[in-house]
Amino acid sequence: MNNLLAGILPQAGGLEASGSGKYSAAMGLLALLSVLGVAAGVHSLIAGHEHTFGVSRGVPWGILIAAYVFFVVTSTGLCIVSSVGHVFGFENFNPIAKRAVFLSIATIVAGFLVIAFEIENSWRMPVGNVIGANLTSNIWWMGTLYGAYLFFMMIEFVMLQKEQHKIATAFGLAGLLTGVAAHSNLGAVFGLLNGREFWHGPYMPIYFITSAAMSGCVAIIFFTIIAYKANGWKMSEGMKKSMESVAKMGALMMAIIIFFTIWKMIAGVTGNPPGKYEAIMTLLTGSYALNFWVGEVLLGMAIPFAVILVVRGRNMNALFVASLAGMVGIFVMRYDLVIVGQLIPSYHGMGLVDYPELLSYVPSLHENLVVLGGVAFCGLCFLMGEKLFRGHVSEHH
Amino acid sequence: MKIDDLEKITSEDLGGLPSVERRNFLKLGLVVTGMYLGGSVLSLTSVRNVYGAGVVPEVGKYPYNPHYSMVIREKLCVDCERCKEACVKTNHVPAYGFRTTILEKRRSLGGEKFETTFMPVLCNHCNRPPCVRVCPTTATWKDEKTGIVTMNPDRCIGCKTCMTACPYNARYFKEETRSVDKCDFCFESRLSKGQTTTACVEACPADVRVFGNLADLKSRVFKLVHAPETMIWVLRPETGANPNVFYINS
Repeated sequence: MNNLLAGILPQAGGLEASGSGKYSAAMGLLALLSVLGVAAGVHSLIAGHEHTFGVSRGVPWGILIAAYVFFVVTSTGLCIVSSVGHVFGFENFNPIAKRAVFLSIATIVAGFLVIAFEIENSWRMPVGNVIGANLTSNIWWMGTLYGAYLFFMMIEFVMLQKEQHKIATAFGLAGLLTGVAAHSNLGAVFGLLNGREFWHGPYMPIYFITSAAMSGCVAIIFFTIIAYKANGWKMSEGMKKSMESVAKMGALMMAIIIFFTIWKMIAGVTGNPPGKYEAIMTLLTGSYALNFWVGEVLLGMAIPFAVILVVRGRNMNALFVASLAGMVGIFVMRYDLVIVGQLIPSYHGMGLVDYPELLSYVPSLHENLVVLGGVAFCGLCFLMGEKLFRGHVSEHH
Repeated sequence: MKIDDLEKITSEDLGGLPSVERRNFLKLGLVVTGMYLGGSVLSLTSVRNVYGAGVVPEVGKYPYNPHYSMVIREKLCVDCERCKEACVKTNHVPAYGFRTTILEKRRSLGGEKFETTFMPVLCNHCNRPPCVRVCPTTATWKDEKTGIVTMNPDRCIGCKTCMTACPYNARYFKEETRSVDKCDFCFESRLSKGQTTTACVEACPADVRVFGNLADLKSRVFKLVHAPETMIWVLRPETGANPNVFYINS
């Protein structure tokens, strides 16, 4: 075991993480929050979601699904960003690639951690998914492909550490293809539901892949800058150039998402399509307007896009602000996507008495704690990764 | 630069790459793409072929026999809720859930006058059930003989995708069995034990609900949906689920 680890962990070189008290305190806090999240999750499994979660018959998917989608979107995005350099050979993207591969593993594991508590009987999955495999189910494909994806990404990471670049590239390509297939299937989980007008259509899988690429760019900028600032490392010229390229790619993806969003809103309002119109208006002027305009539009699109353009991706402090706003905004996007899609009740528009026009959902304490636990776990993995893998520096190419 | 110098320079094009290498790369790409393409196509195909153009299948073209279905004579419902009580008792439905319920419609007749209609709803046992398509573990399926959409509680992982997929809000999560629960036309509690109707049908004092085999030309459900001058509709036909609960205005 020690020999195996020794082959993977860099013994020297790279960047030394600061072993300060602050670092240990941060690790301790994140570990505590992770444990708290798991405890809340386990308690909800025992006590039942009926008593601990804010989800209901009408809105069966809550903030945990949103957080899961957020994590896997980020993971797929990080995989896409890492492959730009490692698989497709754009050298500008090489300096961030190792960290991106590591974080794509950390984020997907955090995603699995969260969804394990949203699925009421996750222990029935290993057997049920095999003996009951339903090939028409997008959620089956998504789960199976993400399992394979995690495997490929882990092999890729190990091979990168062992400097076996040919094998790493092959597995990186396999991971990328699997990730894209899995992620578009996650989009299809929503998009192929004919009864949910807000989601229904080919838009979802395409939207998911594009926002994954955007999230990946934002996430790698966010984590790289934190790693360098927190440890007092100095960015090499290559790394700065790399960040600039990633930021520009991120801005391009944001432009596409902005374009998508504008047309989605216009299409949802024009001609009042039943079911879709009500959901779109909930976002534009209704109870989710604050989420939409401040969270999605301002934080998720306008601020990061404008900041990256203004500094041309060159000012690290500005990039950090852009990526922080982006991370928060993207989370709100996922939340709104999952929740608002369910708020229109099944028998809407039939002139029913004592029947809600719009359902409501508020995340419970348990749900918030599990999400917080997932975020903390991801942060914990990130900090440990920086220390163990010495700043994920790519030695040569 | 002279032409002689140019000739000495080694070419940078892909000609130097051995063709085996290129072939291997292409093969890998084809295999991976093929696998995922196959999967995506499969995930887009519907569960089974369904016949019939209108809301009622064409005579003689029923995917099942017995093809169980229910006709709701909406106008007769007075909202006494005895169907709900019978369902709860027969199928052990907990207080926080329901397999069937009654919705209230109100239409203005001008001025202060209103017309109220009660609309019983339950699982529509669709011919193209969205819930069945999305279930990752086939914990829910359309019974090949009766067409009843059935649940196996032990297989349910509780992902609740079927609940979001159902256009009729016919499913809920039952804590007691740790699985999604739904109407099964009383198959487990009654039909499988030799009884011929559901608990809600038996309990209804106004003869609102009529249950039977649509494939049987002599059955009451068949006669009701094929009666002349009768308006027949289903709920949310736009979802393409092809429901087997028919509403009539007579």
